[in-house]
Amino acid sequence: MLKQMEGSKAMAQAIALCRPQVVCAYPITPQTHIVEGLGELVRLGELENCEFINVESEFAALSVAIGASAAGARSYTATASQGLLFMAEAVYNAAGLGLPIVMTLGNRAIGAPINIWNDHSDAMAMRESGWIQLFAETNQEAVDLHIIAFRLAEELSVPTMVCVDGFILTHAVERIDIPEQANVDAYLPPYEPMQVLDPADPISIGAMVGPDAFTEVRYLQYYKQQLALKLIEDLSTDFAARFGREARGLLRTYQAEDADLIVIAMGSINGTIKDVIDEMRADGLSIGLVTLTTFRPFPVEALNAALAQAKDVLVIDKSLDVGMGGPLASNVGVALREMPRPPRLHSAIVGLGGRPALKTSLHRLFRQATVQPWSGPHFLDLNERVIAREIHRRGKARRAGPTAEAILKQLEIERVAKI
Amino acid sequence: MNDVQKLKFYQKGTLTVGNRLVNEAERNVQASQARSNSLTSGHRACQGCGEALGARYAIDAAMRATSNQLIAVNATGCLEVFTTPYPETSWQMPWLHSLFGNAAAVATGVAAAMRVTKRDDVRVVAQGGDGGTTDIGFGCLSGMFERNDDVLYICYDNEGYMNTGVQRSSATPPTARTATTPALGKEPGNVFGTGKFVPKIAVAHEIPYVATASVADLHDLEAKVTKAMGIRGARYIQINVPCPLGWGAASHDTIKLARLAIETGLFPIFEAEHGRLTNVRKIRQKIPVLEYLKLQRRFAHLLKGGYEDPRVQRLQKIADRRIEEYGLLEEAA
Repeated sequence: MLKQMEGSKAMAQAIALCRPQVVCAYPITPQTHIVEGLGELVRLGELENCEFINVESEFAALSVAIGASAAGARSYTATASQGLLFMAEAVYNAAGLGLPIVMTLGNRAIGAPINIWNDHSDAMAMRESGWIQLFAETNQEAVDLHIIAFRLAEELSVPTMVCVDGFILTHAVERIDIPEQANVDAYLPPYEPMQVLDPADPISIGAMVGPDAFTEVRYLQYYKQQLALKLIEDLSTDFAARFGREARGLLRTYQAEDADLIVIAMGSINGTIKDVIDEMRADGLSIGLVTLTTFRPFPVEALNAALAQAKDVLVIDKSLDVGMGGPLASNVGVALREMPRPPRLHSAIVGLGGRPALKTSLHRLFRQATVQPWSGPHFLDLNERVIAREIHRRGKARRAGPTAEAILKQLEIERVAKI
Repeated sequence: MNDVQKLKFYQKGTLTVGNRLVNEAERNVQASQARSNSLTSGHRACQGCGEALGARYAIDAAMRATSNQLIAVNATGCLEVFTTPYPETSWQMPWLHSLFGNAAAVATGVAAAMRVTKRDDVRVVAQGGDGGTTDIGFGCLSGMFERNDDVLYICYDNEGYMNTGVQRSSATPPTARTATTPALGKEPGNVFGTGKFVPKIAVAHEIPYVATASVADLHDLEAKVTKAMGIRGARYIQINVPCPLGWGAASHDTIKLARLAIETGLFPIFEAEHGRLTNVRKIRQKIPVLEYLKLQRRFAHLLKGGYEDPRVQRLQKIADRRIEEYGLLEEAA
């Protein structure tokens, strides 16, 4: 049924339709509305047979989910940013134990400087943790991906993270189709773990594994993620058949078939990019888009197939690997090595800490990629004057100590100069 | 148990009741052939390990109290390492290890799963050392208490990070030598302070049941675990478990040291329910702390300057204060 509602509320309803048995809640902006929504549904009796547990930290949130999942309950939690880092040890642990927990990540920047707005730094910080990572472009996709995520996680016994852009999606009111319970029940069977903590059949879970078997344990994790590449496609096809709505699997393309320049991006920014592509196509530019839905496992084959005809590839990263550049660009670079005639790779860092990705800026960026290619990461809409002044100032004397305040000072100087 | 105490048949040189002297119903769980052997033999604990002994008695008692419907969650630490080197396990019960600092939260999750899957008869015990309990796991422990989750948390307190090579924890006593508080410099050993006595903090949470116990009184330990398993909600038992390796003591002195910790007043044995002290184990003969200190090399630096070292006197004062606070001395007849 189509409804106009906030993304977080829609996600809460979709998660409730998946009948989670244990939900762990700890507040952190911008995911909080999701667990609040689930709490309401439990109190109202609309989500039955569910333990809603208010915990004292994100570390506890995921730890409670770990215990519940190992004991046979379908478990869910949500977090963002600092919260994800605070639970980092448990994030790896859940993956190592092979527990099919589903977690929503309301993507947000990581401090310092503290920043509550959207980028993908949090998801990228956990990209090697062993979780499957799916990125939603719209709130409809966020709803659908949660339903797919529970089934995917449980079929492979791999924890799955659904990444939704903080505020841009979590707080946006959109027209969303919430699936029927019967359809979800038919798509997602009850959680039946192979092994579970049970006095009738006692097992030890979480033993110390030494050099003799650790590589094999890790290989099997790698193997399961490789299986996920096909399973995600299959589950998406099944989803589309049952729910009558396209599900996007690993990636999807837009105007990419004959494009010389292909942009690659994840999350909500794809909507803006598509608008820009429409305008540039009208101007006769040969440009297209690949929207990655699945970041982990990284869909090398599908990506290379989508890029087969491209001359240039421009990767949009909403995060920064400080000593390296764009993490998505790095991943794409590895994938391109598999191609016989790889396109040129360009990297852009866009929208850090909630900076809007403006159409005019993207227009300029996309044109520049083919006309005046740059090396290394390009920082879109970087305030060059402020940076130049600060670098000049630092060059004059050795300076140790915090940096954020100095930048703010430079910005203020500039603001006052404008007045 | 009260009837047992009235008998006053104590084994010579100890204050424990001889198992053969009590009627069969009062005999301890370990005396029964039907014990579960949940922590079975063949594990890799050191000779004289207090924790292995405490865990064996505690978990078997909890198993009997729950008719073997029990799941254990274990923090990282000695107990985890010496019982489960892959592909072996000493646990003849469902057992889960996740991380160092989250045993209480993982146990909350297991308990929630039992409720929601309608297996309420299956109970949960979480266990860890003092490092995993009083330091790194303290946030999760307090959270579990505050929510009153149906978990018995057992802390095996050996007063330091023994698994990583005997470093100081917040439960390490003042002056004790550890790898991170070496017996060097002007103030050798651990700094003087009050330390962190988590049983008292547990009482402050007003949870249904808090107790301290010792491997020197295994009858009492079993009774407390049994009592705890008869209660729903958050429960906490801290068991004093001497560590021969970490304390620099002879492995045959484990029980003796545990007894001296009680009889000096350094480790008070009590029970509390819903925030109120309900029971205290009296000391029959108060023993000077020196008798306890001199068996342990971690305190050897105190004894170099003779028995009149002021630090020994300060430790004695700590013991005296605990005796007073908990009313540990038997009133004169």
